Amino acid sequence: MAEFTLPKNSTLIKGNTYKASEAATNVRRFEVYRWDPETQENPRIDIYELDMDDCGPMVLDAILKIKNDIDTSLTFRRSCREGVCGSCAMNVNGKNTLVCTKAIDAYPDTIKIFPLPHMAVVKDLVPDMTHFYAQYASIKPWIETQTPAPSDTERLQSKEDREVLDGLYECVLCACCSTSCPSYWWNGERYLGPAVLLQAYRWLVDSRDENTGERLDELEDPFKLYRCHTIMNCTDTCPKGLNPAKAIAETKKLLVQRKLG
Amino acid sequence: MQYRSPLANVRGLGSAKTGLFHWWMQRITAVTLIPLSFWLIIFLDLSLHATWRDTVAWLTSPLNTLCIVAWILAVFYHAALGLQVVIEDYVARESAKIIAVWTVNLVFIFLALAALIAVFRIISIG
Repeated sequence: MAEFTLPKNSTLIKGNTYKASEAATNVRRFEVYRWDPETQENPRIDIYELDMDDCGPMVLDAILKIKNDIDTSLTFRRSCREGVCGSCAMNVNGKNTLVCTKAIDAYPDTIKIFPLPHMAVVKDLVPDMTHFYAQYASIKPWIETQTPAPSDTERLQSKEDREVLDGLYECVLCACCSTSCPSYWWNGERYLGPAVLLQAYRWLVDSRDENTGERLDELEDPFKLYRCHTIMNCTDTCPKGLNPAKAIAETKKLLVQRKLG
Repeated sequence: MQYRSPLANVRGLGSAKTGLFHWWMQRITAVTLIPLSFWLIIFLDLSLHATWRDTVAWLTSPLNTLCIVAWILAVFYHAALGLQVVIEDYVARESAKIIAVWTVNLVFIFLALAALIAVFRIISIG
Protein backbone atom coordinates (compact mmCIF):
# COMPACT_ATOMS: atom_id res chain seq x y z
CA MET A 1 0.00 0.00 0.00
CA ALA A 2 0.93 3.62 -0.32
CA GLU A 3 2.59 4.82 2.90
CA PHE A 4 0.62 7.45 4.78
CA THR A 5 2.59 7.51 8.02
CA LEU A 6 6.28 7.99 8.65
CA PRO A 7 8.38 4.93 9.53
CA LYS A 8 9.73 4.98 13.11
CA ASN A 9 13.23 6.07 12.15
CA SER A 10 11.84 9.04 10.17
CA THR A 11 9.77 10.53 12.99
CA LEU A 12 10.95 14.06 13.76
CA ILE A 13 12.45 14.89 17.14
CA LYS A 14 13.23 18.24 18.75
CA GLY A 15 16.63 19.63 17.88
CA ASN A 16 18.85 22.47 19.02
CA THR A 17 17.82 26.09 19.38
CA TYR A 18 20.21 28.89 18.42
CA LYS A 19 19.02 32.19 19.90
CA ALA A 20 19.65 35.57 18.28
CA SER A 21 21.89 37.99 20.14
CA GLU A 22 20.27 40.24 22.78
CA ALA A 23 21.00 43.33 20.67
CA ALA A 24 19.01 42.11 17.64
CA THR A 25 15.69 43.93 17.16
CA ASN A 26 14.45 42.46 13.88
CA VAL A 27 14.42 38.70 14.58
CA ARG A 28 12.93 35.94 12.43
CA ARG A 29 12.66 32.30 13.45
CA PHE A 30 13.75 29.52 11.07
CA GLU A 31 12.97 25.85 11.70
CA VAL A 32 15.20 23.61 9.61
CA TYR A 33 15.04 19.85 8.98
CA ARG A 34 18.31 18.14 9.95
CA TRP A 35 19.36 14.54 9.39
CA ASP A 36 22.84 13.06 9.41
CA PRO A 37 23.21 9.54 7.93
CA GLU A 38 26.38 8.97 9.94
CA THR A 39 24.57 9.08 13.28
CA GLN A 40 21.85 6.62 14.23
CA GLU A 41 19.58 9.49 15.32
CA ASN A 42 16.16 10.35 13.97
CA PRO A 43 15.80 13.53 11.92
CA ARG A 44 15.37 16.65 14.06
CA ILE A 45 14.17 20.23 13.70
CA ASP A 46 16.81 22.83 14.59
CA ILE A 47 15.61 26.32 15.42
CA TYR A 48 17.66 29.34 14.34
CA GLU A 49 16.79 32.92 15.26
CA LEU A 50 18.29 35.36 12.77
CA ASP A 51 18.74 39.11 12.93
CA MET A 52 17.09 40.29 9.70
CA ASP A 53 19.02 43.59 9.81
CA ASP A 54 22.14 41.53 9.17
CA CYS A 55 20.74 39.11 6.54
CA GLY A 56 19.94 39.21 2.82
CA PRO A 57 16.33 39.28 1.59
CA MET A 58 15.91 35.75 0.22
CA VAL A 59 15.34 32.46 2.05
CA LEU A 60 18.65 31.23 0.60
CA ASP A 61 20.39 34.22 2.20
CA ALA A 62 19.08 33.07 5.58
CA ILE A 63 20.26 29.49 4.96
CA LEU A 64 23.70 30.78 3.91
CA LYS A 65 23.82 32.97 7.03
CA ILE A 66 23.11 29.93 9.20
CA LYS A 67 25.83 27.96 7.39
CA ASN A 68 28.43 30.77 7.53
CA ASP A 69 27.81 32.23 11.00
CA ILE A 70 25.96 29.72 13.17
CA ASP A 71 26.17 26.08 12.13
CA THR A 72 28.67 25.00 9.45
CA SER A 73 27.32 21.43 9.45
CA LEU A 74 24.06 22.46 7.70
CA THR A 75 24.07 20.76 4.29
CA PHE A 76 22.16 21.95 1.19
CA ARG A 77 22.56 22.46 -2.55
CA ARG A 78 22.84 25.87 -4.16
CA SER A 79 24.69 27.37 -7.07
CA CYS A 80 23.44 30.25 -9.22
CA ARG A 81 21.32 32.08 -6.59
CA GLU A 82 19.08 33.47 -9.36
CA GLY A 83 16.61 30.71 -10.22
CA VAL A 84 18.46 29.31 -13.22
CA CYS A 85 20.31 26.24 -11.95
CA GLY A 86 17.45 24.60 -10.02
CA SER A 87 19.72 23.32 -7.25
CA CYS A 88 18.16 24.95 -4.20
CA ALA A 89 14.66 23.46 -4.46
CA MET A 90 13.25 22.91 -0.97
CA ASN A 91 9.95 22.74 0.84
CA VAL A 92 9.32 26.05 2.62
CA ASN A 93 6.24 26.38 4.84
CA GLY A 94 4.67 23.40 3.10
CA LYS A 95 5.25 24.45 -0.50
CA ASN A 96 8.12 23.55 -2.80
CA THR A 97 10.11 26.46 -4.18
CA LEU A 98 13.56 27.66 -5.20
CA VAL A 99 14.78 29.34 -2.02
CA CYS A 100 17.08 31.69 -3.95
CA THR A 101 14.16 33.47 -5.63
CA LYS A 102 11.77 33.35 -2.67
CA ALA A 103 11.77 36.41 -0.41
CA ILE A 104 11.70 35.92 3.36
CA ASP A 105 9.06 38.66 3.49
CA ALA A 106 6.72 36.44 1.42
CA TYR A 107 6.09 34.50 4.64
CA PRO A 108 4.29 36.02 7.64
CA ASP A 109 5.98 34.38 10.60
CA THR A 110 8.21 31.38 11.33
CA ILE A 111 9.83 29.86 8.24
CA LYS A 112 9.97 26.05 8.15
CA ILE A 113 12.50 24.59 5.72
CA PHE A 114 12.38 20.91 4.71
CA PRO A 115 13.92 18.88 1.87
CA LEU A 116 11.71 18.10 -1.17
CA PRO A 117 8.88 15.80 -0.03
CA HIS A 118 8.86 12.03 -0.47
CA MET A 119 12.45 11.80 -1.70
CA ALA A 120 15.16 9.79 -0.01
CA VAL A 121 17.33 12.23 1.97
CA VAL A 122 21.10 12.17 1.50
CA LYS A 123 21.71 14.66 4.33
CA ASP A 124 19.78 17.60 5.83
CA LEU A 125 18.19 19.46 2.88
CA VAL A 126 19.79 17.36 0.14
CA PRO A 127 17.46 14.83 -1.55
CA ASP A 128 18.64 11.90 -3.69
CA MET A 129 17.86 12.89 -7.30
CA THR A 130 19.28 9.72 -8.95
CA HIS A 131 15.90 8.26 -9.95
CA PHE A 132 14.56 11.63 -11.11
CA TYR A 133 17.57 12.17 -13.40
CA ALA A 134 17.31 8.59 -14.75
CA GLN A 135 13.66 9.26 -15.58
CA TYR A 136 14.75 12.40 -17.43
CA ALA A 137 17.35 10.40 -19.39
CA SER A 138 14.71 7.77 -20.25
CA ILE A 139 12.65 10.22 -22.37
CA LYS A 140 15.71 10.91 -24.58
CA PRO A 141 15.90 14.66 -24.04
CA TRP A 142 17.78 15.35 -27.25
CA ILE A 143 16.85 15.85 -30.90
CA GLU A 144 16.27 12.63 -32.89
CA THR A 145 16.23 12.80 -36.66
CA GLN A 146 16.40 10.66 -39.80
CA THR A 147 17.33 13.54 -42.08
CA PRO A 148 21.07 14.29 -41.99
CA ALA A 149 21.99 17.74 -40.68
CA PRO A 150 22.39 20.40 -43.44
CA SER A 151 26.08 20.71 -44.31
CA ASP A 152 26.25 24.50 -44.26
CA THR A 153 23.65 25.64 -41.69
CA GLU A 154 22.01 24.62 -38.44
CA ARG A 155 18.66 22.83 -38.52
CA LEU A 156 16.44 25.85 -39.06
CA GLN A 157 13.28 26.68 -37.18
CA SER A 158 10.72 29.42 -37.90
CA LYS A 159 9.96 32.05 -35.28
CA GLU A 160 6.47 30.56 -34.88
CA ASP A 161 7.86 27.05 -34.38
CA ARG A 162 10.30 28.37 -31.80
CA GLU A 163 7.49 30.14 -29.92
CA VAL A 164 5.82 26.76 -29.39
CA LEU A 165 8.65 25.96 -26.97
CA ASP A 166 7.96 29.03 -24.80
CA GLY A 167 6.75 27.91 -21.39
CA LEU A 168 8.63 24.63 -21.83
CA TYR A 169 12.29 25.47 -22.41
CA GLU A 170 12.45 27.55 -19.20
CA CYS A 171 12.16 24.43 -17.00
CA VAL A 172 15.30 24.05 -14.88
CA LEU A 173 14.50 20.52 -13.60
CA CYS A 174 14.43 21.59 -9.96
CA ALA A 175 11.84 18.83 -9.26
CA CYS A 176 9.58 21.14 -7.22
CA CYS A 177 6.60 19.99 -9.32
CA SER A 178 7.28 16.24 -9.37
CA THR A 179 7.87 16.11 -5.61
CA SER A 180 4.65 18.04 -4.92
CA CYS A 181 2.58 15.51 -6.88
CA PRO A 182 0.73 12.87 -4.80
CA SER A 183 0.70 10.54 -7.80
CA TYR A 184 4.49 10.83 -7.94
CA TRP A 185 4.69 10.15 -4.19
CA TRP A 186 2.66 6.91 -4.46
CA ASN A 187 3.93 5.65 -7.82
CA GLY A 188 7.17 7.54 -8.51
CA GLU A 189 9.02 4.36 -9.47
CA ARG A 190 6.91 4.10 -12.64
CA TYR A 191 5.09 7.44 -13.07
CA LEU A 192 7.43 9.87 -14.83
CA GLY A 193 6.07 12.90 -12.96
CA PRO A 194 5.26 16.42 -14.18
CA ALA A 195 8.82 17.69 -14.68
CA VAL A 196 9.91 14.81 -16.91
CA LEU A 197 6.57 14.79 -18.78
CA LEU A 198 6.91 18.53 -19.47
CA GLN A 199 10.37 17.83 -20.88
CA ALA A 200 8.98 14.93 -22.93
CA TYR A 201 6.34 17.28 -24.37
CA ARG A 202 9.05 19.85 -25.13
CA TRP A 203 10.59 17.27 -27.53
CA LEU A 204 7.22 16.11 -28.89
CA VAL A 205 6.46 19.60 -30.18
CA ASP A 206 9.95 20.59 -31.33
CA SER A 207 9.55 21.23 -35.08
CA ARG A 208 13.04 19.85 -35.78
CA ASP A 209 12.49 16.46 -34.11
CA GLU A 210 11.48 13.54 -36.35
CA ASN A 211 10.72 10.90 -33.73
CA THR A 212 7.34 12.08 -32.40
CA GLY A 213 5.59 8.75 -33.00
CA GLU A 214 8.21 6.70 -31.17
CA ARG A 215 8.20 9.21 -28.31
CA LEU A 216 4.41 8.86 -28.00
CA ASP A 217 4.75 5.05 -28.12
CA GLU A 218 7.10 5.20 -25.15
CA LEU A 219 4.80 7.49 -23.17
CA GLU A 220 1.54 5.61 -23.74
CA ASP A 221 1.48 3.62 -20.53
CA PRO A 222 -0.98 3.49 -17.61
CA PHE A 223 1.83 4.39 -15.21
CA LYS A 224 4.39 6.50 -17.08
CA LEU A 225 1.80 9.04 -18.28
CA TYR A 226 -1.73 8.24 -17.13
CA ARG A 227 -0.98 8.47 -13.39
CA CYS A 228 -1.53 12.20 -13.88
CA HIS A 229 -4.99 12.89 -12.46
CA THR A 230 -4.81 16.68 -13.04
CA ILE A 231 -4.30 17.40 -9.34
CA MET A 232 -2.47 20.57 -10.47
CA ASN A 233 -0.04 20.79 -7.53
CA CYS A 234 2.73 20.92 -10.17
CA THR A 235 1.44 24.10 -11.80
CA ASP A 236 0.63 25.63 -8.41
CA THR A 237 4.13 25.12 -7.04
CA CYS A 238 6.36 25.75 -10.11
CA PRO A 239 8.80 28.51 -9.07
CA LYS A 240 9.30 29.42 -12.74
CA GLY A 241 5.56 29.92 -13.34
CA LEU A 242 5.33 27.08 -15.87
CA ASN A 243 2.36 24.78 -16.44
CA PRO A 244 3.39 21.09 -16.46
CA ALA A 245 -0.27 19.99 -16.07
CA LYS A 246 -1.06 21.64 -19.41
CA ALA A 247 1.91 19.95 -21.10
CA ILE A 248 0.65 16.58 -19.84
CA ALA A 249 -2.91 17.34 -21.01
CA GLU A 250 -1.52 18.31 -24.45
CA THR A 251 0.41 15.02 -24.59
CA LYS A 252 -2.82 13.11 -23.86
CA LYS A 253 -4.51 15.12 -26.63
CA LEU A 254 -1.75 14.15 -29.09
CA LEU A 255 -2.39 10.47 -28.25
CA VAL A 256 -6.13 10.95 -28.86
CA GLN A 257 -5.36 12.79 -32.11
CA ARG A 258 -3.13 9.95 -33.30
CA LYS A 259 -5.85 7.36 -32.67
CA LEU A 260 -8.99 9.27 -33.63
CA GLY A 261 -7.88 12.43 -35.43
CA MET B 1 23.40 -5.39 -3.39
CA GLN B 2 21.67 -3.63 -6.27
CA TYR B 3 23.72 -3.62 -9.46
CA ARG B 4 21.02 -2.52 -11.92
CA SER B 5 21.65 0.99 -13.18
CA PRO B 6 19.12 3.73 -12.33
CA LEU B 7 18.18 3.89 -16.03
CA ALA B 8 17.51 0.12 -16.12
CA ASN B 9 15.18 0.55 -13.14
CA VAL B 10 13.33 3.39 -14.84
CA ARG B 11 13.01 1.69 -18.23
CA GLY B 12 11.89 -1.52 -16.48
CA LEU B 13 9.67 -3.70 -18.67
CA GLY B 14 9.10 -0.83 -21.11
CA SER B 15 5.93 0.96 -22.13
CA ALA B 16 2.65 -1.01 -22.05
CA LYS B 17 1.61 0.89 -25.25
CA THR B 18 -1.87 1.18 -23.78
CA GLY B 19 -3.75 3.49 -21.43
CA LEU B 20 -5.27 5.86 -23.97
CA PHE B 21 -8.42 3.72 -24.42
CA HIS B 22 -8.97 3.43 -20.66
CA TRP B 23 -8.51 7.19 -20.15
CA TRP B 24 -10.63 8.12 -23.16
CA MET B 25 -13.53 5.80 -22.21
CA GLN B 26 -13.52 7.25 -18.71
CA ARG B 27 -14.09 10.70 -20.20
CA ILE B 28 -16.66 9.50 -22.78
CA THR B 29 -18.74 7.69 -20.13
CA ALA B 30 -18.46 10.73 -17.81
CA VAL B 31 -19.86 13.07 -20.47
CA THR B 32 -22.55 10.53 -21.45
CA LEU B 33 -23.64 10.26 -17.83
CA ILE B 34 -24.38 14.00 -17.48
CA PRO B 35 -27.65 14.00 -19.51
CA LEU B 36 -28.49 10.42 -18.55
CA SER B 37 -28.20 11.18 -14.83
CA PHE B 38 -30.49 14.20 -15.16
CA TRP B 39 -33.00 11.93 -16.89
CA LEU B 40 -32.65 9.36 -14.08
CA ILE B 41 -33.22 11.96 -11.35
CA ILE B 42 -36.39 13.19 -13.08
CA PHE B 43 -37.60 9.64 -13.70
CA LEU B 44 -36.98 8.51 -10.09
CA ASP B 45 -38.70 11.64 -8.78
CA LEU B 46 -41.79 10.89 -10.93
CA SER B 47 -41.77 7.20 -9.95
CA LEU B 48 -41.67 8.04 -6.27
CA HIS B 49 -45.12 9.67 -6.46
CA ALA B 50 -46.64 7.40 -9.14
CA THR B 51 -48.37 4.03 -8.91
CA TRP B 52 -46.48 0.83 -9.65
CA ARG B 53 -48.49 0.36 -12.83
CA ASP B 54 -47.65 3.88 -14.11
CA THR B 55 -43.95 3.36 -13.38
CA VAL B 56 -43.90 0.10 -15.30
CA ALA B 57 -45.75 1.74 -18.19
CA TRP B 58 -43.27 4.65 -18.34
CA LEU B 59 -40.26 2.33 -18.18
CA THR B 60 -41.71 0.29 -21.03
CA SER B 61 -41.75 3.26 -23.42
CA PRO B 62 -38.86 2.77 -25.88
CA LEU B 63 -37.08 6.05 -25.02
CA ASN B 64 -37.17 5.40 -21.26
CA THR B 65 -35.97 1.79 -21.71
CA LEU B 66 -33.12 3.06 -23.87
CA CYS B 67 -32.17 5.68 -21.27
CA ILE B 68 -32.17 3.28 -18.30
CA VAL B 69 -30.15 0.64 -20.20
CA ALA B 70 -27.66 3.27 -21.41
CA TRP B 71 -27.35 4.67 -17.86
CA ILE B 72 -26.70 1.20 -16.40
CA LEU B 73 -24.03 0.39 -19.00
CA ALA B 74 -22.33 3.79 -18.71
CA VAL B 75 -22.41 4.02 -14.91
CA PHE B 76 -21.03 0.54 -14.23
CA TYR B 77 -18.38 0.86 -16.93
CA HIS B 78 -17.39 4.30 -15.58
CA ALA B 79 -17.27 3.00 -12.00
CA ALA B 80 -15.11 0.01 -12.96
CA LEU B 81 -12.67 2.22 -14.91
CA GLY B 82 -12.46 4.74 -12.06
CA LEU B 83 -11.99 2.21 -9.28
CA GLN B 84 -9.26 0.49 -11.29
CA VAL B 85 -7.33 3.78 -11.31
CA VAL B 86 -7.80 4.21 -7.55
CA ILE B 87 -6.57 0.66 -6.88
CA GLU B 88 -3.55 1.13 -9.17
CA ASP B 89 -2.75 4.37 -7.33
CA TYR B 90 -2.78 2.96 -3.81
CA VAL B 91 -2.12 -0.79 -3.98
CA ALA B 92 1.57 -1.29 -4.66
CA ARG B 93 1.90 -5.08 -4.46
CA GLU B 94 1.49 -6.59 -7.93
CA SER B 95 -0.53 -9.69 -6.93
CA ALA B 96 -2.89 -7.76 -4.63
CA LYS B 97 -3.36 -5.14 -7.35
CA ILE B 98 -4.37 -7.65 -10.05
CA ILE B 99 -6.73 -9.53 -7.70
CA ALA B 100 -8.34 -6.27 -6.50
CA VAL B 101 -8.81 -4.86 -10.02
CA TRP B 102 -10.40 -8.04 -11.33
CA THR B 103 -12.60 -8.55 -8.28
CA VAL B 104 -13.94 -5.04 -8.82
CA ASN B 105 -14.39 -5.61 -12.56
CA LEU B 106 -16.30 -8.86 -12.03
CA VAL B 107 -18.49 -7.36 -9.29
CA PHE B 108 -19.47 -4.51 -11.62
CA ILE B 109 -20.08 -6.88 -14.56
CA PHE B 110 -22.46 -8.97 -12.41
CA LEU B 111 -24.16 -5.87 -10.98
CA ALA B 112 -24.69 -4.49 -14.50
CA LEU B 113 -26.06 -7.85 -15.70
CA ALA B 114 -28.39 -8.06 -12.70
CA ALA B 115 -29.64 -4.51 -13.33
CA LEU B 116 -30.21 -5.21 -17.03
CA ILE B 117 -32.08 -8.44 -16.30
CA ALA B 118 -34.27 -6.54 -13.81
CA VAL B 119 -35.08 -3.92 -16.46
CA PHE B 120 -35.98 -6.56 -19.05
CA ARG B 121 -38.17 -8.40 -16.53
CA ILE B 122 -40.02 -5.17 -15.73
CA ILE B 123 -40.58 -4.19 -19.36
CA SER B 124 -41.74 -7.70 -20.25
CA ILE B 125 -44.56 -7.21 -17.72
CA GLY B 126 -45.62 -3.87 -19.20
